[in-house]
Amino acid sequence: MAYFLGLVVALAAFWLGMSGHNTPLILSLGGISLIITCILAYRLDIIDREGSPYVRLVGFLLYFPWLAKEIVKANISVIRACVKADLDIAPALVKVKTVCKSDLAKVTFANSITLTPGTVTVEIEGDKLLVHGLYEQDSQPEAFVEMDQRSARAIDGKGAAA
Amino acid sequence: MAEVFSDILGYWEIVRFPLGALMCFGGAILCLIGTVGVLRFPDIYTRLHAASITDTSGAALVLIGMMLISPGWLVISKLFAICVFIFLTSPTASHALANAAHTAGVQPIIGRVGTSEADGGDA
Repeated sequence: MAYFLGLVVALAAFWLGMSGHNTPLILSLGGISLIITCILAYRLDIIDREGSPYVRLVGFLLYFPWLAKEIVKANISVIRACVKADLDIAPALVKVKTVCKSDLAKVTFANSITLTPGTVTVEIEGDKLLVHGLYEQDSQPEAFVEMDQRSARAIDGKGAAA
Repeated sequence: MAEVFSDILGYWEIVRFPLGALMCFGGAILCLIGTVGVLRFPDIYTRLHAASITDTSGAALVLIGMMLISPGWLVISKLFAICVFIFLTSPTASHALANAAHTAGVQPIIGRVGTSEADGGDA
């Protein structure tokens, strides 16, 4: 039920943000489209943890500022690598083990790695991620431990990242 | 107190346009740097790293700059939605590219790469 309510609220907020019209006709059309979307989502059986992840929104909102800080830090080093007169990089492939349990947490962790410039998730197998990094010294498995634990805590909830 | 508040709002109205323009310009510069990186780096995996500058900081700066310039909340909410979707989809696209290259058997260049080394052409 919480997933369903989250979906309704998110769709309504999205619709209001997109349209901006307040006349009864347009609003009722929006309401009808919302109902149809909910019926379709129910028929598709996607109103679950992954289809409507809004219950974890608070955890994610706490996680995002930290991620933004990491992105800025990584951006600076990659920008420096791009504009340096001498090309000076040391690419490496590393295997990273994750503590994330659910698929959603793994996706969040892998997306966080990819979103940070200088590291790209190449492949996921079980709880191991194959990560390609631009600098060998920056992409050792230990460098991802904090991001791993934070994304696990944000999505899987407290106690998951023991 | 109300006067001070309206003063701040007035200053903000003056300041936000140059600030937004400056941020858009900064984002454009970062996109340019990302493009330079794409051209300079040796293989597909390292080029993806350069492209992710354009994805993250370049796009974010341009969008925030446009939010500062925008006339109302409606435009801001749309730009915010664009921002969210870019941040959700661009790593997925990067991962799809990297995974495709990996599955196809493209071997990444490992170890130190200097300027003297010729650019590999497998991207």
